[in-house]
Amino acid sequence: MRLIADMTTTKELPDELITLRTQLKCSFEQIDDVFEDCIRDAQHRLSKQGVKDYLSGASLICMIGRGVEPVLQFLEVIPEMADRVGEEVISLISQGVWEVSRTPNGVSIPPFMATLGEAARRLGSLELIKQYLDILFDMMERTTGSIHGHHTTLPSPGLPHLLAQMPYLLSQVSIEGLQNWIDYGIRNYNDHPERQIDYFTLKSADSRAMLQRERHGTLFADNERNLSLYLQALWQDKEYLAPYSTAKDENRLQQPYYDKVGIRIPDVFDDSDTGIKGIDRYRAMLAHMAAHRRWSTKIIADNYSPFQRIAIECLEDSRVEYLATLEYPGLHKLWLALHPIPDEEECTKTDASCIRHRLAMLSYAIKNPQHGYKNKDLLEFVQRFHDLMLTGESSTQEVAKIAISYIARTRRQEDQAATIYFENTEVEYRDDNRHLWVFIEEGDEEEQFEAPEDKEFEEVDSLPPRHYPEWDYNTKTYRPDWVSLYEGLHPSSNANDIDSILAKHSALSKRLMQVLDLLKPQNFVRVRYQEEGSELDLDVAIRSLIDFKSGSTPDPRINMRHKHDSRDIAVTLLIDLSASVNEVPEGCEQSILDISREAVSLLAWAIDRLGDPLSIAAFFSNTRHDVRYLHLKGFSERWNDEVKARLAKMEAGFSTRMGAAIRHAGHFLSNQKADKKLLLILTDGEPADIDVNDDKLLIKDAYKAVSELDQKNIYSHCISLDPKADEYVSDIFANNYTVIDNIERLPERLPQLFLSLTK
Amino acid sequence: MSEVDIEQYKINHEPFYHVQEDEINEYQAAYNARLPVMVKGPTGCGKSRFIEHMAWKLDRPLITVACNEDMTASDLVGRYLLDANGTRWVDGPLTVAARIGAICYLDEIVEARQDTTVVIHPLTDHRRELPLDKKGETVHAHKDFQLVISYNPGYQSLMKELKQSTKQRFVAMDFDYAPTKVEQGIVEREATIDADTAKKLVQIGKVARNLKGHGLDEGISTRLLVYAASLINQGIKPTSACRMALVRPITDDADIRQTLEHAIDTIFV
Repeated sequence: MRLIADMTTTKELPDELITLRTQLKCSFEQIDDVFEDCIRDAQHRLSKQGVKDYLSGASLICMIGRGVEPVLQFLEVIPEMADRVGEEVISLISQGVWEVSRTPNGVSIPPFMATLGEAARRLGSLELIKQYLDILFDMMERTTGSIHGHHTTLPSPGLPHLLAQMPYLLSQVSIEGLQNWIDYGIRNYNDHPERQIDYFTLKSADSRAMLQRERHGTLFADNERNLSLYLQALWQDKEYLAPYSTAKDENRLQQPYYDKVGIRIPDVFDDSDTGIKGIDRYRAMLAHMAAHRRWSTKIIADNYSPFQRIAIECLEDSRVEYLATLEYPGLHKLWLALHPIPDEEECTKTDASCIRHRLAMLSYAIKNPQHGYKNKDLLEFVQRFHDLMLTGESSTQEVAKIAISYIARTRRQEDQAATIYFENTEVEYRDDNRHLWVFIEEGDEEEQFEAPEDKEFEEVDSLPPRHYPEWDYNTKTYRPDWVSLYEGLHPSSNANDIDSILAKHSALSKRLMQVLDLLKPQNFVRVRYQEEGSELDLDVAIRSLIDFKSGSTPDPRINMRHKHDSRDIAVTLLIDLSASVNEVPEGCEQSILDISREAVSLLAWAIDRLGDPLSIAAFFSNTRHDVRYLHLKGFSERWNDEVKARLAKMEAGFSTRMGAAIRHAGHFLSNQKADKKLLLILTDGEPADIDVNDDKLLIKDAYKAVSELDQKNIYSHCISLDPKADEYVSDIFANNYTVIDNIERLPERLPQLFLSLTK
Repeated sequence: MSEVDIEQYKINHEPFYHVQEDEINEYQAAYNARLPVMVKGPTGCGKSRFIEHMAWKLDRPLITVACNEDMTASDLVGRYLLDANGTRWVDGPLTVAARIGAICYLDEIVEARQDTTVVIHPLTDHRRELPLDKKGETVHAHKDFQLVISYNPGYQSLMKELKQSTKQRFVAMDFDYAPTKVEQGIVEREATIDADTAKKLVQIGKVARNLKGHGLDEGISTRLLVYAASLINQGIKPTSACRMALVRPITDDADIRQTLEHAIDTIFV
């Protein structure tokens, strides 16, 4: 009854709409203000059934008790959305909102409604909208918390923030990319509300890194080498390329530039509307800058007014491009396709300055002879430019003269206006030409591109960290730059300790020596009794001949050949120095560390005798932010006192994050020139770290690291001192492992193992 | 061993060679003094062609041996073979050349193992003789005999290096890809192609040579440019011919391929 009473207050509503208004069971006054517009829009766009669904949907949303806001949003956004992707979406949305209202996430409903318009525009089909809703509801379900495990009581911390970012996200990534990005956030930050919020507001570094990876288009990161090669090959130019972010500030005009430090280019390029591939847009940009670097000279800025300067820049751009196309004619097509095509009549507003528009036309007319412009001045200056270029390379000064007279000739009163006409004048591949100018007097005119930095950075002693990815087996993706690995030289103590260890094992080393002598490479070996060979083995040949003459069957194997028999193996021994190696195993008198030290000393001694290049390194970790990789012996170092002193100092602590250490060792091994490369890993337990709860994660990551090395032809072999290693070690190293149960025998077993591996 | 047919080693038609500097006179002087010569330079820049040209000019037979890893000293000097009557000695190419007074050209000598190459030592100093120890004979080189080796220093491998004692028996001549204009002429003449196409091919060659050391061990050689020109002559589209002759053979690196292909597209529009 009350409903109808309210209705009577809206006098303006025409009769035919009053029945419709009664179908919308919602009595907020604010609705009456917009109802007519909304329903007319809906009637215009939707079928009869559609309008019915629309009104019942709005009624449903009114019933959730979240005030008038969601209803208004629904009424406004749905007609257009349904028109775009189909009417089925109406009930989908209203039901969806109803579902959300049954959870503690009611606060997210208005932001959710606000994303719908953008989503429909970006996604454009019902299937994708469905997918979009599924992703959102899934995210909501997974992040909504409960206190006692039964009823969900805590709202999702990330959801409203995610929804706030949605328009930007949709502009950056495809729906699959969005799903991956959200998935990653949920998986890693589900139990940490603050970090979850940071992730979904794009504040945390890995959130941005993940998003960058999911972006569509041609990423600079994927093509860095390609682009450097391009510069090197076509322009003999070697310059540091650095990307700037195109993300976030969509409104700020970013232009590429180069200065003393290097060339700055965008971090990503989509394929252009005209069908130019992202990589070609990069190349167009680099070619333009390379042309500047080859043909442009600096001129003094103080002598010219700002208008003169932009004209000079424009003509200089045209000049270097003209010269470049003489060398590489194909660039012309590329540049032309990326150049805006200004319409001659476009800039007729009297209140805006058309200076940029005039220059863009000039630039286009120089480029494209079929420009079709009629302006006399323009045509004259195009001709003057071409005449100048016929005389040879010309110079920046020469085109400056033409530029100045062009500005003088075409000056208009409106040029002084505060607003400048920008449309269709921006040439995306051209840089900002800051390299062209020298400012003599410091005034307020020169552009301060970078504030002078007075801060002096403290020199850090150690090397900067190297970042390695980590494999996430849940998603089958790498977490980019996840682990920071610091490398350094292991501290040293007294080398004599190692000598006394070797003396203690002198009996063993004598036995080893015999094996070593057998293994020593003998470069050139004669192989006799061959049917095919490089030389006749005269002794055998004569014997065969005698056999032949005396009527018996001769031995046809009368040749011999030579073969090379040499070892060409590079070995890295990676020692796990996690805290557990300090333990003294049952029945032993020494700690695992001490036994390992003895074993490693013997092995290093043995390998040194053989002459194979060997490096030894140790690692431990303390969360992903601090993995230490300590060099004990380098490939080029001999087995000398310095190395022994470092071995003697070996100490243990913290955890075992194996993947990054394996990758780093592989990085050094892959630079070795050897036929065979072997990575020996000496460890006493499974990979683990204090910031990882999932036991399997680091095991899978180590497995991935090992298979990465496999692809680089590096053979990995694990020597495990953990009696329970059988449970996991084969998951990492497949069959390439040895478990040593009797740890006391390690000093004996390790060198033997190495020898049998490399025999 | 007079039954050797000298004529088969003679070069009857003048091989085309474009003079770059004073190399012909230099070589002639070395030959007059019978000094062993080493020619160095990247692959496909015309080393072998130059030696052929000189052999023709000097009217000497030319015996070429392509060296390889499996070559042994007896492949150069000669060996005993078995026949119905017992063993028979067969001269190797080096011995033949020393006997008949030919120019013996050992191509890519570093490919042969170092212990193989020492057999040339007695031939390359004042002795000019080749001891055949298995046969018990010492061959005194014919007065017109000369030894030439080619050596491509581009293989940046420690293993493929000549011994000092070998190196110091030769006078050396450096070769490199000809300057743009000359190379253009060479491609034009060798493949009988128009000047404009030749110019573009040489430009692509230059692009690739800039990448040497950045993923390419060697730039595109003049020989490959001539191949590309020949393909164009056969009616293949220039861009496809370039891909076939200039890109695919030299690299499998995707980035470098893309760069070269882009260069081809911007040069052959």
